Amino acid sequence: MRILADTWAYLSDPASWTGSGGMLALLLEQLLLSVTALALAALIGLPVALALGHLGRGGFLAINVSNIGRAVPTFALLALLVTADWPGTASLGPYGRAGLATLIALTLFALPPIITNAYVAVREVPGDVVEAARGMGMTGWQLFARAELPLALPLVLSGLRLALVQVWATATIAALVAGPGLGRVITDGFAANDYGKGIAGAVVVAIVALGLEVFAALVQRLATPHRRAVRRGTASAHAPRVESPAGEPGR
Amino acid sequence: MTLLSPGAPVQQASGPTCYSQLRNDWFCWDYVTDRREELIDATTQHVTITLAALLLAVAVALPLGLIARRYPRLESAVLGVSTGIYTIPSLALFPLFLPFTGLSAATVILGLALYALTILVRAVLDGLRAVPEDVREAARGLGHGPTRLLLGVELPLALPVLMAGLRVAAVSTVALTTVGTLVSYGGLGNLISHGVARDFRAELLTASVLCVLLALLLDALIVGAQRLLTPWSRETRGARP
Repeated sequence: MRILADTWAYLSDPASWTGSGGMLALLLEQLLLSVTALALAALIGLPVALALGHLGRGGFLAINVSNIGRAVPTFALLALLVTADWPGTASLGPYGRAGLATLIALTLFALPPIITNAYVAVREVPGDVVEAARGMGMTGWQLFARAELPLALPLVLSGLRLALVQVWATATIAALVAGPGLGRVITDGFAANDYGKGIAGAVVVAIVALGLEVFAALVQRLATPHRRAVRRGTASAHAPRVESPAGEPGR
Repeated sequence: MTLLSPGAPVQQASGPTCYSQLRNDWFCWDYVTDRREELIDATTQHVTITLAALLLAVAVALPLGLIARRYPRLESAVLGVSTGIYTIPSLALFPLFLPFTGLSAATVILGLALYALTILVRAVLDGLRAVPEDVREAARGLGHGPTRLLLGVELPLALPVLMAGLRVAAVSTVALTTVGTLVSYGGLGNLISHGVARDFRAELLTASVLCVLLALLLDALIVGAQRLLTPWSRETRGARP
């Protein structure tokens, strides 16, 4: 197990963390990319999906966008964007080399879980709740803001959480096409036959991924304190089938 | 007299091919015919790795799902661990197997099988949960033992949900196999990374398109298998007005 010793040596060497190409700089770069892409995707995807769900239109598209996203390999899309004349491998401010290409790919891959979950969430609001709200004289906007959106929130948030996982994975794979981020440590290590370094990068990426997931789960729990019990009650009755196809993104 | 070889003048007359350094077109049929063997090799490797990972995942997921159903405490542990694994990006998961499997196809297959396993275990649990309790009661009333109940009643009824999970797992496994290029076992992914390194557009796009087609083909095959395996669901759907 010499490789594991090399891994530890790389991880415990302060020099591999600091400096312009160090893991701390790459980590910050990847976090910045992920947060920007997630925000962009939410900004684009949420209004569209929520509106479609409210109107009850475009369901076929909203559901199938996830299936299409799964079939397109992340790596292939990144490769296409980097090799094309635009956006190419140019650097983009703090986002690093191939920044724009990576950012576009990240945003595209974050959209399917956000759109599908948000659409399904609004459609899943029980019909009698909608009817009761209409009967009370609520306008379409009031119905959406006061009844549909609060009830849909847990599933909308779980879509954002899936998108975060997806974005972090995509940002890591970006290193395979000379993109920015922590994946560089992995690909550089493998390219130089320095497998200890490659595994060290993988360990850091995995730990941050798990940390992000735990963080997202906590946020989700804090944002919907009183709904967990309700949702668990209804989930076993009719929801699991709907949630599972929407639940697993490709990466 | 080598200059007068028969093939050379013809090629010069038609100019550089569409996949030469000078033109570098995205779509180039000449590339597909000239490099047919390379493409077939890569596709074969891709299919082999994908199928091996899926078979391994199915073989582990079924018993694991059944055990998790029997012992509720294990269920949350299994789901928790597999959700955690799913969170780890593929580019980081493959290296974690390296100390044990080395630079081999096994590294990729194990990683992909773990992702597929996550999806499949959940599908097994969801599928079995979707079997109505009164159907179970009726089967028990007919004198079915636990094994016969499982094989003859529960699994067939769980099949639609199971197969939906298998479709998701299969499509994402085909796509993810490309990342195996990190350890040189990425099937079509090897061509994609070579295409990026050499700025070779025809190779890159052909491999990407083949990869998507492969995913769609596998998906269609699973849908077909599901139709064959669950003839009753087709009949009831047809009977409904």
